[in-house]
Amino acid sequence: MASLREIKSRINSTKKTKQTTKAMQMVAASKQRRALAKAQAYQPYMEKIQEVVGSIATGDTDISHPMMENREVKKTGYVVITSDQGLAGGYNASLIRDLTKKLKERHKSTDEYTIIMVGKIGRDNARRLGLPVSEVVTELSDSPSFDEIKTITRKAIGMFENEEIDELYMWYNHFVSAIRQDVTENKLLPLTDLAENLGESASATPSYEYEPNEAVILEGLLPQYGESLIYGALLDAKAAEFGARMTAMSAASDNADNLVGELTLVYNRARQAAITQEINEIVSGANAAN
Amino acid sequence: MKTINVSVVTPDGSVYENDVQMISARTEVGEIGVLPGHIPLVTPLIIGTVRLKRDGGEDQISVSGGFMEVRPDKVTILAQSAERPEDIDVNRANESKSRAEERLRNDNDVDQKRAKASLKRAETRLQVAGK
Repeated sequence: MASLREIKSRINSTKKTKQTTKAMQMVAASKQRRALAKAQAYQPYMEKIQEVVGSIATGDTDISHPMMENREVKKTGYVVITSDQGLAGGYNASLIRDLTKKLKERHKSTDEYTIIMVGKIGRDNARRLGLPVSEVVTELSDSPSFDEIKTITRKAIGMFENEEIDELYMWYNHFVSAIRQDVTENKLLPLTDLAENLGESASATPSYEYEPNEAVILEGLLPQYGESLIYGALLDAKAAEFGARMTAMSAASDNADNLVGELTLVYNRARQAAITQEINEIVSGANAAN
Repeated sequence: MKTINVSVVTPDGSVYENDVQMISARTEVGEIGVLPGHIPLVTPLIIGTVRLKRDGGEDQISVSGGFMEVRPDKVTILAQSAERPEDIDVNRANESKSRAEERLRNDNDVDQKRAKASLKRAETRLQVAGK
């Protein structure tokens, strides 16, 4: 059995760990609230842009735009959103696992796809697994502004426009609730099923005049729409990240509690044994003296 | 006098919401004025100032990269960024103005377009802020 002092120091260090995890849990909780508020503030913009895109897409079926057209897929792009920091349970691990599985199914070689990676954990994993990464973005703030992520969105949409990639998928953790995140894959480009997807929201809106005309408006609006989809996913992923971290840290705090309880039991038992032994020694010493 | 409801929405939330008498904004094909009862219209806006005339005054908002959706009773301006005068950081705008001017002087074709847009944004902000 370990000495009393050793047990005591283990109890103390576990308590300190628990203080840290507890603090991280609270920080994650408040950041999550902020991330959710941000996602909510973003909703009206997203809805409006969907409404306008939808009404143009459904209004005139003749309209065409490179971003709406299927072309032969030679190379696929993936936007993968991970976190900069670990300590978030299975948040990154499950995303990377599902992604690599899908990549193996879908592609024969690494020449067939490229990844735009958000987050340090994803970057390090991609390096370890030898995945082709064309762009890395790290150290986004906890509630990123639209300006901050412009580099990613421009890059992703630009690659499609320049025909470097022929379709674009997005991988991220969708925020379901504070304790649940689902790995999600979204097909971003081309926007082929725009009319069906957005038709419903658009049907209630009046038919617009377009100034100067639909084509010019789509030209400007579709890239913005694509960018806003990525931004929306990023806000979603951020909320999910803090949720995952909160859950992981609360589990860690609970574990620390259990461990301290067990160790205290061991400590008391050891202390009692030491006392009993001491009494035994004194009694037997006294007996011998008599 | 009749009024029309205007809201300016950016990805970071709503910036402005009010009932006004007239909106004037700058589109790619020129300045447009919208009065209550306008036919439904969608048009892209260029970087510039949106002026909103209301009872006893006028509000100004600097807008960059956006669209205006007009309905008879409601106008929505969607912009990647939009600021009211009191929200504009004059120092930052000044800095980005001089940075853009610097870049325009260094003849580099790649950056010309971006530098020009950035200069335009900074100038609009300064104008709206009244400095």
